[in-house]
Amino acid sequence: MTALLFLIFAAIAIFCGISLVVQTHPVASALSLIGVMGSLAVLYLLLGGEFIAAAQVIVYAGAIMVLFVFVIMLLNAGAETPTFQASSFVKYLGIFLLVAFLGLISFIIQAALPKTEGVVFGGFQGTTADVGRKLFTSYLLPFEVVSVLILIALVGAIVLARKEV
Amino acid sequence: MNFFIISLIKVALVAFVLLTTLAYLQWIERKVIAHVQLRVGPYRVGPHGLLQPLADVVKLITKEGLVPSHVNKVFYLMAPFVAVALALTSIAVIPFGPEIKIGPVDTWMQLTDLRIGILFVIAISSIGVYGVALGGWASNNKYSLLGGLRSSAQMISYELPLALAVAAPLLLANTLSFREMVNYQSGYWLGFIPRWNLFPEIIGFIVFMIASFAETNRVPFDLPEAENELVAGFHTEYSSMNFAAFFMAEYANMVTVTAVATLLFLGGWQPPFPAPYSDAVPILVFALSGLIALYHGLNPARRMDKFTLPATALVFLGIAAIFGLSLFVPVLNTILMALFWFCGKVLVLLFVFIWVRATLPRFRYDQLMRFAWIFLFPLAMINLLATSLIVALTTK
Repeated sequence: MTALLFLIFAAIAIFCGISLVVQTHPVASALSLIGVMGSLAVLYLLLGGEFIAAAQVIVYAGAIMVLFVFVIMLLNAGAETPTFQASSFVKYLGIFLLVAFLGLISFIIQAALPKTEGVVFGGFQGTTADVGRKLFTSYLLPFEVVSVLILIALVGAIVLARKEV
Repeated sequence: MNFFIISLIKVALVAFVLLTTLAYLQWIERKVIAHVQLRVGPYRVGPHGLLQPLADVVKLITKEGLVPSHVNKVFYLMAPFVAVALALTSIAVIPFGPEIKIGPVDTWMQLTDLRIGILFVIAISSIGVYGVALGGWASNNKYSLLGGLRSSAQMISYELPLALAVAAPLLLANTLSFREMVNYQSGYWLGFIPRWNLFPEIIGFIVFMIASFAETNRVPFDLPEAENELVAGFHTEYSSMNFAAFFMAEYANMVTVTAVATLLFLGGWQPPFPAPYSDAVPILVFALSGLIALYHGLNPARRMDKFTLPATALVFLGIAAIFGLSLFVPVLNTILMALFWFCGKVLVLLFVFIWVRATLPRFRYDQLMRFAWIFLFPLAMINLLATSLIVALTTK
């Protein structure tokens, strides 16, 4: 059951990922990205990371992508026209070479890394409370550093966007 | 196997009740607003317009679903579907009552209990805006686009105070599950004040209610569909069932938001009075309503329609009798009492939504944004900080 769900949602994620790159219209691309994030959330859920799954949907699919879509709509960006026309022979050869290249890379990475136990469905038994406890004890410093980093980005964005007086 | 059968029954029951409620909520809304404005409202179809929702549904279904030639077809047809599907999903994690045992069957009055139920509802509502935003954009119409844009901006802004207001009771109860949240609120302070989160979190409750008006695009925050500036806003180009889908989504969102408010702040299905008194309340309420309806229905001064009010009175008295009989059947009593208090609280909050719509004018757009960011957000933040301080001081 879980393996079947994994296959379905992994396929949806890959399909949406390809669609994200292939689509010519920015809104269609943004929606594909939402599809990728939603299926990733399901994959987290299958692993047992319920809080991460919810945060994925709330923060990425909800807040950030709404802003993306908002900006695309505000600028009224239209469909892009391709700047160059590749011949169909090059296209098909490109797909083949890309798949071969990715396979090679994944093989090298697997060979180089030490053998580890595979990930099990429902392997993480951490509840939301555990995540919070870890975040504020073991990982307090990285957590705070990331917060300051985001604050700096925020202030920077406001400074850049401010009207010249 | 047993699990599947019970789940199927529960899903069918909840879906039927929810869809009927959505249809009749619109009737209630029209009636209440009419009475606030000294009109009678829908009156022609059925007694007191009671069959009006049915007539509306038939009308909308049989209308031609027009797709204008200038729209982006895929997104145009997808948008209402997204809106209504996401709006109806949230009800799956809402508990209506406690665990019940009917013979060998042992089940909860809830479709499914997630350990992250509250996060689930927030997540669904945060992606619910895509329906409106897409609908507005795909219609390829300036009014629709403005409506969609306003909706996205408004939802992002009001999501923050909403989430912060939700976080405060979570801190108190130390759980993300709706069931445990309600269990935490059982019992009474000093024997008569219910231990609801409403009392320690009154500011949180008010912030939550205000933000939820904006989240559901209701007056006074219904800028996405402001008639006098945007024609009909994001659904200008929609007709027939596509148009109805947006309305269903709005009403479903209202039901979800009020149910969440009930569970988080008003103690869910926990009665406001200790057990022996709370059992008598529904009997009294229904019997009194029945008697009042009977008195007015049989009043000789009443010249027309001598049928509807006495019939309603009989129904009410019947319900009162069922509540009275249920005192001798413990299982039935548990179900009925939980449903009575849960639905009662949700209906009161829904009435507030309608009442506000009949009372307040619409905000201007800059007022809406300023209110969210300068007043509501800091207020929710202070409330959350104060709650965390108290929780940190009182727990070891």
